[in-house]
Amino acid sequence: MSSTSFARGIFLGELREEEIFPYPQVLDSDQKETISMMMEAGHAFFQNTNDAAANDSAEKIPEEQLDEMRQLGMYGLMVPEEYGGLALTNTMYAKFGELTGEYDLGLGIHTGAHQSIGYKGILLYGNPEQKEKYLPSLASGDVFACFCLTEPSSGSDASSIKTRAVLNEAGTHYVMNGAKIWISNGGIAEIFTVFAQTPAIDAKTGETKDKITAFIVERAFGGVSHGPPEKKMGIKCSNTSEVYFENVEIPVENVLGEVGGGFKVAMNILNNGRFGMGACLTGTMRMLISKAVDHANNRKQFVSNLREYQGIQQKIARMNLLCYANESMAYMLCGNMDRGAPEYQIEAAMSKIFASQSAWDVCDETIQILGGAGFMKDVGIERWMRDLRIFRIFEGTNDILKLFIALNGVQELGNLFKKQGNLGTVMGLAQKRVLGMGSLKTKVHADLEPSVKQLQEDITKFHIATSAQVIKYKKKIIEQQVVLNRIAESSILLQSMAAVISRANLAAEKGDTSEVVLASAWCGEAHQKIAALVADMQNADLTKVDNATLNVGKLSLDNNGYLAQSPI
Amino acid sequence: AVVSTQSTGVIDYAVKIRVRPDSLGVVTDGVKHSMNPFDENAIEEAVRMKQKKIVKEIVVASCGPSQSQETIRTALAMGADRGIHVEVPAGTDADLQPLAVAKIFSKLVEKEKPDLVILGKQAIDDDANQTTQLLAGMLDWPQGTMASVVNAADGRLTITREIDGGLEDISVSLPAVISADLRLNEPRYATLPNIMKAKKKKIEKMTPENLGVDITPRLKILNVVDPPVRQAGEKVPDVSTLMEKLKEKGHL
Repeated sequence: MSSTSFARGIFLGELREEEIFPYPQVLDSDQKETISMMMEAGHAFFQNTNDAAANDSAEKIPEEQLDEMRQLGMYGLMVPEEYGGLALTNTMYAKFGELTGEYDLGLGIHTGAHQSIGYKGILLYGNPEQKEKYLPSLASGDVFACFCLTEPSSGSDASSIKTRAVLNEAGTHYVMNGAKIWISNGGIAEIFTVFAQTPAIDAKTGETKDKITAFIVERAFGGVSHGPPEKKMGIKCSNTSEVYFENVEIPVENVLGEVGGGFKVAMNILNNGRFGMGACLTGTMRMLISKAVDHANNRKQFVSNLREYQGIQQKIARMNLLCYANESMAYMLCGNMDRGAPEYQIEAAMSKIFASQSAWDVCDETIQILGGAGFMKDVGIERWMRDLRIFRIFEGTNDILKLFIALNGVQELGNLFKKQGNLGTVMGLAQKRVLGMGSLKTKVHADLEPSVKQLQEDITKFHIATSAQVIKYKKKIIEQQVVLNRIAESSILLQSMAAVISRANLAAEKGDTSEVVLASAWCGEAHQKIAALVADMQNADLTKVDNATLNVGKLSLDNNGYLAQSPI
Repeated sequence: AVVSTQSTGVIDYAVKIRVRPDSLGVVTDGVKHSMNPFDENAIEEAVRMKQKKIVKEIVVASCGPSQSQETIRTALAMGADRGIHVEVPAGTDADLQPLAVAKIFSKLVEKEKPDLVILGKQAIDDDANQTTQLLAGMLDWPQGTMASVVNAADGRLTITREIDGGLEDISVSLPAVISADLRLNEPRYATLPNIMKAKKKKIEKMTPENLGVDITPRLKILNVVDPPVRQAGEKVPDVSTLMEKLKEKGHL
C-alpha cells in the first residue's frame, strides 16, 4: 500500500488529505465508555494513593503501591487479552497516558519503560512461544521489563554499540558480554530486551560482519547484574541504572526477530511507542495551564489581578495554543496508527519533538507567572520542570529526530528529481505546483478557510525552498545541519497546522465553533514562523552569516572554551 | 440476591454548580457526572457481603437515561453480577422523583425476589433521603436507614444507624431494605481488569411502562436560586457604637 503520509507529502508540495480529514475518530461507543471508566479509576488512584512529591523525595515508588498498581492493571495495557492484558488500542492507551502526565511523570516512565519499550519488542516481533512464555507475567506486572540499547560510547549513534553476543559451538546459546547505561527499570527488571552485535555471514559476499541482533534476556540466565540507581535531575522515582552482561548464556530461542535484524527492531520499538509522549504531555500541559490561570485570576499586583495585564494574557494564550496544537497532533497520530496507516515514523518524530519542547515552554512560563512561588519546592511546579527536561533527550533526542525528519523528506525529493531529470524541468514542475493547488476535496468550515489557504501557500513555499536546497547541496546536504534544522522546523509547523485545522473542523461539524479561534490563532503564528524559516533558507546573505557563526563555534571548540578575553 | 440501587449518575461532587437561567434547576449539560457517593457505599457493602458469602448474587439496578448504563457498568466493575437498566428518556430524568423510583424498585423486587435491598441513603443532587423509606413502606419490609455498620447472623441483620443524637442499634429480619451512609465502608475503585470483565456481564433493559409504573412527578419545582451572597461585615471601634448600629438595624 503506497504511503498516504501527510508529512511525506508536504516535502513533495502535496496536501494529502487521506490522513488528516476527517480528524480520526477511532473509538466506538463501547471503547469510549470503557476508557471513560478506566480514566475514573485512574484519577481515583492518582488522587488518593499516589504521592508524586513523596516519590520524588524518596526517589522510589513505595513497594506496597507497586502491588496496587498491579491490581489496578497498569502494566499490561496493550497486551492481548489471551495473555492477561487489557488489549487497549493505541488511542485508548494514549488517553490513559494523560493521567501520568497530569499527576506523576516519574511513575509514567516506570510503567512506560516497562510496557511502551521494555517488552514492546515481544509484542511486535515475538513468536507465539515467546509471547506465551513471557507476556502473562509481564502484563500482570509480576516481573518488570526494560529496553537495553544505550552504552557509554553509543547514544544517538545506536548502531555503534559494542555489546556482543557470539553463538557457542553447539549452536544452542549466544554468549553475551557488554555494558548498558541509563537503563530505565534496569535495577528492577527480570526481563531485558537487549541489543548486541552478532557476527553474521553476508549472504552475497560470504564475509563475516557484525550486525545487531535483539534478544530477550532473563536475569535468571545468570551473569546479569546492575549498578546503583542513578541520581537524576528529575523523574527520580523511576529507577535508572547500568546493566552488565558477563558471559550470559542466551538460548537461541530467545532471539527476537531475525538474527542481524536488531537495529530495525530497536528503531521500530521506539517508533511504535513515540505516540505516547504527545498524549502524556497533553495531560501535563493542561494541568500546568490550570495552575497558571488560577494564579493569574487570584494574584493582585499594582491595580488589579494579573489576569488584567496583556503580558500575562499573552502567556496564557500561548500556553493554550501550544497545548491545543500538541494534543491535535498527538491524537491524529495514534488515530492514524489505529486506522492502519502504512507508515507514521515522520509524524511520530514530529509529535515527539513538538510535545517535549512545548511542555518545557509551558512549564517555564507557568513558573514565570507564579514568580518566586514557582521556584519553591512546596508549591510543586519546580518538580515538573525537572521531570520534563529529559523528554527532549530520551527516546531519540530532538536534535537527531529533526535531522531524521529532514533527511527523510530530502530523500523523498532526491528520488523525485532523479525521475524528473534536469534542474529546469524541476523548477518548472515546482512552478506548476504553485498554480495547481486548488480547493480541498474536503469541505471545510467557512471560518477555517483562511487557515487552509495559509497552509496551502506554506506547503508550496516550503516545497520550493527545500527543493532549491536539495538541488544546491545534492548529497552534501547531509552535512548542512543548519539548513536541515530549518527544513525540519518548518515541516513540523506545517503538520501542526493541518492537525489543528482538521480538529477544529471536526468540532465545527458537530456544531461547536469555539475551537476555530484556537486553530486560526495557531495557524497565524505558524504561518509567520514558516515564512521566516523559508526566507532564511533562501537568503544567500544569511548563508554567509550562518557560516561565519559556525566558524565561531569551531574556534571555540578549538580554544577549549569561550573565545573572548575579559573586557576589563 | 441483593438489589443494590443506583440513582442515575449525579453531578460530580467536585464540580461547581450553576443555576439554570430559567431558575428551575441546575445546569447538567456537559457537566461531569459520577456515581452518587452513597451508592458507592451501598455497592461496596454488597460486594463485601458476597465476599463473606452472606449473599449469593448482586443485582444492580438504575433508573435513568442511557448514560445510566455507565454507572451500572461501574457497579459491575466493582463486583456486582448483573444489571438492570430501567430506561427513561433523556431530559425527563430530572423529573424522576423518589416516589416514582420507589414504585419502580418495588416492581423489580417483585420480579427478582431478593432477600435484601441496599440503597444509598440520599442522592447528592436532591438530598431527598426518601426512596428507601418509601420502598420499605410499599413492600412492608423492615428498614435500616443511615447504616454505618451492618452485621449478619442467624437470618437477621444488626444495623448501627447514625442519627442526630448519636448511634442507634437495631435488629431487623430478612427480607429488609437498608440505606448506606458514608462511614459504612471505604468503596474500592474499579480496577482496569474488572472494568474489562464488567463488559461481559449482562445488563437487562426495560422501561417504567414495562413494569406498569406511572412516573409522572407529583411535586412541581417552583424555583431554584443560589444561596444569598454573604454580605460584607462592618468593623466598629467600640461597644457603644456596636449597640447603636444594632438598634439602627432593628436587631435590638
